[in-house]
Amino acid sequence: MTTDQINKEAVYKYLERVNDPEVPVLNVIDLGIVRDVILPNEGEIEVVITPTYSGCPAMDVITMNIRIALSMWGFKKIKITQALSPAWTTDWMSEAGKQKLKDYGIAPPTPKQQVCNENLFAEEAIQCPHCNSWHTHRVSEFGSTACKALYVCDDCKEPFDYFKCH
Amino acid sequence: MEKECIDYLLHLADDSLILGHRNSEWCGHGPVLEQDIAITNIALDLIGQARNFYQYAAQLINGSQNAGSSKTPPLDGGFGGEVSEDTLAYLRDRHEFKNCLLTEQPNDDWAKTILRQFLFSSYQYFLYEELQGSSTPQIAAIAEKSLKEVTYHLRWSSEWVIRLGDGTKESHQKMMSAVEELWKYTGELFEATGYELQAASENMGVDPSSLKTKWEQKVKNVFREATLPYPDKVSMKTGGKQGDHSEYLSHILADLQFMQRAYPNSEW
Repeated sequence: MTTDQINKEAVYKYLERVNDPEVPVLNVIDLGIVRDVILPNEGEIEVVITPTYSGCPAMDVITMNIRIALSMWGFKKIKITQALSPAWTTDWMSEAGKQKLKDYGIAPPTPKQQVCNENLFAEEAIQCPHCNSWHTHRVSEFGSTACKALYVCDDCKEPFDYFKCH
Repeated sequence: MEKECIDYLLHLADDSLILGHRNSEWCGHGPVLEQDIAITNIALDLIGQARNFYQYAAQLINGSQNAGSSKTPPLDGGFGGEVSEDTLAYLRDRHEFKNCLLTEQPNDDWAKTILRQFLFSSYQYFLYEELQGSSTPQIAAIAEKSLKEVTYHLRWSSEWVIRLGDGTKESHQKMMSAVEELWKYTGELFEATGYELQAASENMGVDPSSLKTKWEQKVKNVFREATLPYPDKVSMKTGGKQGDHSEYLSHILADLQFMQRAYPNSEW
């Protein structure tokens, strides 16, 4: 196919098929890590992405998967650049992404972030994604990946991940 | 690019890499699963920050080599060609590393690991806060990104210092020993080297002595809650930032660099 008719919006739409390897219900658009798309010439594309965390091992895989997806679409010259600033924040996650997370059993980041500071022993009220109870408590600030914290529900007793504020 | 600027970047990178490596040694050995995961997550953040600084340093080194500048720092090992984040992490020798002695101290027990993290994160928190205003956009960007991560490190390690300090008789005793062992390495954090002063004078970096008061206040507050007495003045051990390291760094590098030294350019 030819790529000369492709515009930015189409690229954003197309990239919805590239998922986060560690949280596979989210795609790169849901995560809010695609910051820009540049289409300089026919067959050429540059995608600007930002990492969620500095050491996130998923970033290399995501970069490769974006490259593969774009080359399958017909782009010949693909450049993927990383922008660190402005730093990624969970505010950039789409509403659809937050709903997908909840359905998957991960509490989405709260709309009003309460403890993105250095104050001690502050706990955020996090809703259990299973039974919707607010009676939950934090087991650990760090979960199975850098972006999550581990909580447990005091009502249904289920442990769950919380996609923490950032 | 001036040698001092490269040295400054390498210093920032080395601090994060070496402490990240130390923390990664806990992988599979943490006292409980959740804390094993926490300390390795912190390791990952630190190694990620180191990568960002190394990548930028490599870019500058390659740029100045191409421009034929005579001020390029000599990189031992004779690997020639393009410098990458990997050559900087894996192919420099002990005396070329510019990390603070604090970061290379062995883990020993959980109390010492926690305290090392707390003392360093408090420093890194105020450092990155200032570096966000660096005149070098890439340094400002890395600092802005990293500060979010360090905020979590600082909170987590502060809470542990309090939990252990104000815990049982045994945990309090272990924290006291950790303070005794590590305090002598804290002076170096704030003692500016030539390259730090040069970087600060160009508004690229920060003179670390300007961070000392804030750091002391933070440590005092947490120690008070942890029922740990704030230590008296002791004679400080320094030299790491100038490449004068303890034998611990050699052990770390033997582990960290083995694969690339034994099988150059190996990948997986």
